[in-house]
Amino acid sequence: MITSAPSRSRAPRAAFGSLVLNEARLAWRQPAGMIAGTGIALLLLVIFGEIPVFRQSSASLGGYSAFDVYIPVLMSFSIAIIAFTYLPGPLVSYRELGILRRLSATPVPAYWVLAAQIVVQTCLMAVTLTLLVTVSVVFFGISAPRNPAALVLAIALCMAALFAIGLAIAALARTASAARGLMAAALYPMMFFSGLYYPVQLMPAAIQDISHYTPLGAAVQAIGHSWVGQFPPAQPLLVLAGYALVFGYLAKRFFRWE
Amino acid sequence: MCKPLARGQEHLTRAAVTPASEPGSPVAPAFPRAEAVSRPAVEISHLRKAYGPLMAVDDVSFSVGQGEIFGILGPNGAGKTTTVECALGLRSPDSGTIRVMGTDPQTDRARIREITGVQLQSSAFPAKLRVGEIIDMYQSFYRRPADAGELAGALGLSAKRRSYYRSLSGGQQQRLSVLLALIGAPRIAVLDEMTTGLDPQARRDVWELIEGVRDRGTTVLLVTHFMEEAERLCDRIALIDSGRVIALDTPAGLTARAAGAKTVRFLAPASFDESLLTRLPEVTAVEHDGHHIVVTGTGELPTAVIVALHAAGIEAQDVRIDASTLESAFVRLTGRHPHEAEEAGEAGEAEGGVAQS
Repeated sequence: MITSAPSRSRAPRAAFGSLVLNEARLAWRQPAGMIAGTGIALLLLVIFGEIPVFRQSSASLGGYSAFDVYIPVLMSFSIAIIAFTYLPGPLVSYRELGILRRLSATPVPAYWVLAAQIVVQTCLMAVTLTLLVTVSVVFFGISAPRNPAALVLAIALCMAALFAIGLAIAALARTASAARGLMAAALYPMMFFSGLYYPVQLMPAAIQDISHYTPLGAAVQAIGHSWVGQFPPAQPLLVLAGYALVFGYLAKRFFRWE
Repeated sequence: MCKPLARGQEHLTRAAVTPASEPGSPVAPAFPRAEAVSRPAVEISHLRKAYGPLMAVDDVSFSVGQGEIFGILGPNGAGKTTTVECALGLRSPDSGTIRVMGTDPQTDRARIREITGVQLQSSAFPAKLRVGEIIDMYQSFYRRPADAGELAGALGLSAKRRSYYRSLSGGQQQRLSVLLALIGAPRIAVLDEMTTGLDPQARRDVWELIEGVRDRGTTVLLVTHFMEEAERLCDRIALIDSGRVIALDTPAGLTARAAGAKTVRFLAPASFDESLLTRLPEVTAVEHDGHHIVVTGTGELPTAVIVALHAAGIEAQDVRIDASTLESAFVRLTGRHPHEAEEAGEAGEAEGGVAQS
């Protein structure tokens, strides 16, 4: 170029498509995340749906059944499992192995590989969540979500928060095994506060308060409210947005491509 | 034996016929042909780069002509890899200027990434992708890529398209890495230790491929400590030690300059007038060793002797050249043996590793 203006990246658009395709193949060939995030979530849904006592509405659960309460919990669970299995570990190992470094010597910007991963995982989450909703409605007679737009918003914010946390882990962990350790350390408390092991509504008030400020606790609230037709209160949405922003900033600040 | 001469001639011819235009590039016609030919492919002056207290590159300057195969030789930790990584814009120099096809890699990395193809020492690919999938993906990154099938054939990877990357042997991974450096049909290919871990036959195949790629107009920047490779492929070599260029010459020139005397032994079918040899400027002495004639001299001695004998109609037999080799030049100039570097490199202590740790 005769002009001194730096050239924009001129990688063909098809390059992004082929990155997405290969990331999808890799996810398919390393199915642990799919088995846990999609398979186990669906299995738990079906098991809970088949337990009669879980189907009885209960005053302590605000008139809902345990099964009703578990649907948003399982939805947020599968988002968390998919985001955490497929984002930090592979990204850190890409960096460790020099895969990102090699990519950064091609016309393709290295962040495209990150974008490709997010595209693949978002698709996987969308499929999983659609399955969870469909199975609940079609096989277990749960009424269809009453405020789908609010539900989509709640899910999108939940994904954004978990991707941001996953990326922050990828930014802070120097090795893939450190990333896995951090991931587990973050995931188990998050699952506890989401009510996966025991409904949050039955926990002591103090723990419920903490739960509302955790990513999955907030996600469960937002998803639950929009399902029954209310626009979710501002608090869980703001909590999710806050996680997305703070951890997104940390990821951007500390992420190293090599 | 007449390789050094032939190489010199080839180089001149090539410089003259190197296509002035980037094939198919919209920019090409804007350059007058002569200007494009004279413009170096890579120009580095007074490059300096330190990693904290570790001085990787102290003062490196050289210029690579278009269509040239330019070797960067040196012992382990000399700053070879850092130099090419700065040229690619993968690292930012502390000081000095770099131009790659007239472009500053620091200000316009996008263009550098488009016109260069890279084989890095420290790169890998996802274990669970198939060879063909990796190749197709890298091919999709470039607007005018090379023919993947042809490259795979030349590198013996055609039968491996369905294999997972992790199932490849070290040599196959290395060949794939060379393939991916060339898949974008780059103007400049940068190959860092491209034949490490290859068996001799694979090594020769790769050399042939690189020569073919160069003949089609690609400039090649070759980082190596494998002397046979440098001698066979390189038009010129920069010998780097402790972050500085300590010699820059053709392989033959480097050899002659560093080590001085060399000898040519041969059997002549009949006696002949030895003055046809002694009057050559390269020759310092002509001696007899039994039936053999031993000519000692400097410079392009073997070529000069063979050409002179041939011109006189004398067919030399059982010719043996005890030329000081590039290897001995390396040892003499750096005080180290190239294989020390090779072994250290293979033990994973290559300079890239230092930089990353």
